[in-house]
Amino acid sequence: MSQVLLEVSGVTLQYKTPRHLVTATYKVDFSVHQADRYVILGPSGCGKSTLLKAVGGFMLPVEGTIRIRGREVETPGPDRMMVFQEFEQLMPWKTVFQNVIFPMKVTRKFPLPEATARANAVIEKVGLTEFRDVYPHMLSGGMKMRVAIARAMALEPDILLMDEPFAALDALTRRAMQQELLSLWDQLRFTVMFVTHSIEEAILIGSRILVLSPHPGRVRAELDTGGINFVDQAEFGAMSKRIHKLLFGEGDARAGAAESVPA
Amino acid sequence: MTDTLRDISAATAGRPEFEVEPTDAVSIGDVERPLTLAERIFSNETVQRLTILVVLIAVWQIYALWLNNSLLFPTFSETVRTFWHDIRSGVLINRTVTSLQTLAIGYAAGLVLAGIFTTFAVASGIGTRILSTLTAMFNPLPAIALLPLALIWFGLGTPSLVFVIIHSVLWAVSLNTLIGFRSVPETLRMSGRNVGLTGARYVGLILIPAAFPSILAGMKIGWAFGWRTLVAAELVFGVSSRSGGIGWYIFEARNDLDTATVFSGLLTVILIGLLVESVIFRAIEARTVNLWGMQR
Repeated sequence: MSQVLLEVSGVTLQYKTPRHLVTATYKVDFSVHQADRYVILGPSGCGKSTLLKAVGGFMLPVEGTIRIRGREVETPGPDRMMVFQEFEQLMPWKTVFQNVIFPMKVTRKFPLPEATARANAVIEKVGLTEFRDVYPHMLSGGMKMRVAIARAMALEPDILLMDEPFAALDALTRRAMQQELLSLWDQLRFTVMFVTHSIEEAILIGSRILVLSPHPGRVRAELDTGGINFVDQAEFGAMSKRIHKLLFGEGDARAGAAESVPA
Repeated sequence: MTDTLRDISAATAGRPEFEVEPTDAVSIGDVERPLTLAERIFSNETVQRLTILVVLIAVWQIYALWLNNSLLFPTFSETVRTFWHDIRSGVLINRTVTSLQTLAIGYAAGLVLAGIFTTFAVASGIGTRILSTLTAMFNPLPAIALLPLALIWFGLGTPSLVFVIIHSVLWAVSLNTLIGFRSVPETLRMSGRNVGLTGARYVGLILIPAAFPSILAGMKIGWAFGWRTLVAAELVFGVSSRSGGIGWYIFEARNDLDTATVFSGLLTVILIGLLVESVIFRAIEARTVNLWGMQR
């Protein structure tokens, strides 16, 4: 039995807009084990991004606890590196290399020569060695996302938190990035928590999928998809239908399978 | 349903699928061609700016020659002659150096204060509100209107000048910096906080560079306000300061009805303005916001 890394128990999350107090998730329980590719899947507005932010330490639950390695999460910290959907997460005033080394310098987790070596190694791993000294505005969306992933992984966080990281990419690039993430995981076996609203992406990326109900997000199911890695596997269609049923009810499971293909 | 399908297949029958090799693109020559020398010269910003200056000078010279009254409007050549004469005699250089020294002190103090104010302002909601209220109050207040008060508080001399310069720099820079800080994308803020940055390190490593286009704009406005205020203040009481600045140089010449010297003083003010804008600020821009792709 693998080791429990992150434990979320009975977490209710609320945030304020200028006019409303919104309950994003209600009494959510789950636990992420070491080397899981843990996907949180749900319809838009079900509070999955909010849940990820809470794990990141950017907001405190009004009820329940979030523990990482037994320690309660209170503030953002470099043990939980986030990769966001937006490209703005890279610092435009730093080159690719400077962006990647920045968290290591700030946290002083590694001595400088080691940090430099790690940054170069991880840049090579995501295939950007040629672009090492280029500023982010000269990169394509997919390349920016690779830099963001490289930056997060170079620090070797306990868990990598990814908030729909491929949602802003075109379909071809997204497909390539999904494969790249999986092959990186194959090499390094990091723990990643991944938020998406695409059923297809969830099945491909995830080893476990937590399905949330529509707003406010409550746990609907936790599924094991470690064995499904290709769209053309027979299990893929069945799993896709099953998740669709969980999310939208019995009615139109057939339409759901079709809908998940272009994602 | 089946009828429609048959119709579609009938329509497709005349349009077979095909695959071809892409046509050879060698015939259009080099895909990338270096620009010719003339093209490069004309698109150079400095060349364009110089051309504009030459045209303006020509208009000036022609008008002054036509007017033929050097008391009202001296020619460009006469102005340049006076300018050159005063530079060689050292008067103009002394005056300019005096002014620039005062300006440098006031500008630097204004920037430091603006930095401190905005750092505290972004730390909390109430701080932001305090600074925006202060800025709204004092930014429209002309610095020169504070000069009488400054004279009472600090007496005649450099401290009063520095006080009014700080006033004109501080609010313009604070306002722009605060606007810049507030428009830093949330994702960028979060990625800073994610690695555990807080307080002054967060401001210095994330907010200031991220808001730099806006801060630089504030610094430009602040510099122009400060320079303007200084020259105006020297015109009012330049008499009293021992060496006197560029404003005093202009004032003196006006008393002597020496219009060419007035023009040469104004020319100096303009030249310094151009120099700071197109050399110093241009160089900062090229090394920062342009390089980072934050401003075109």
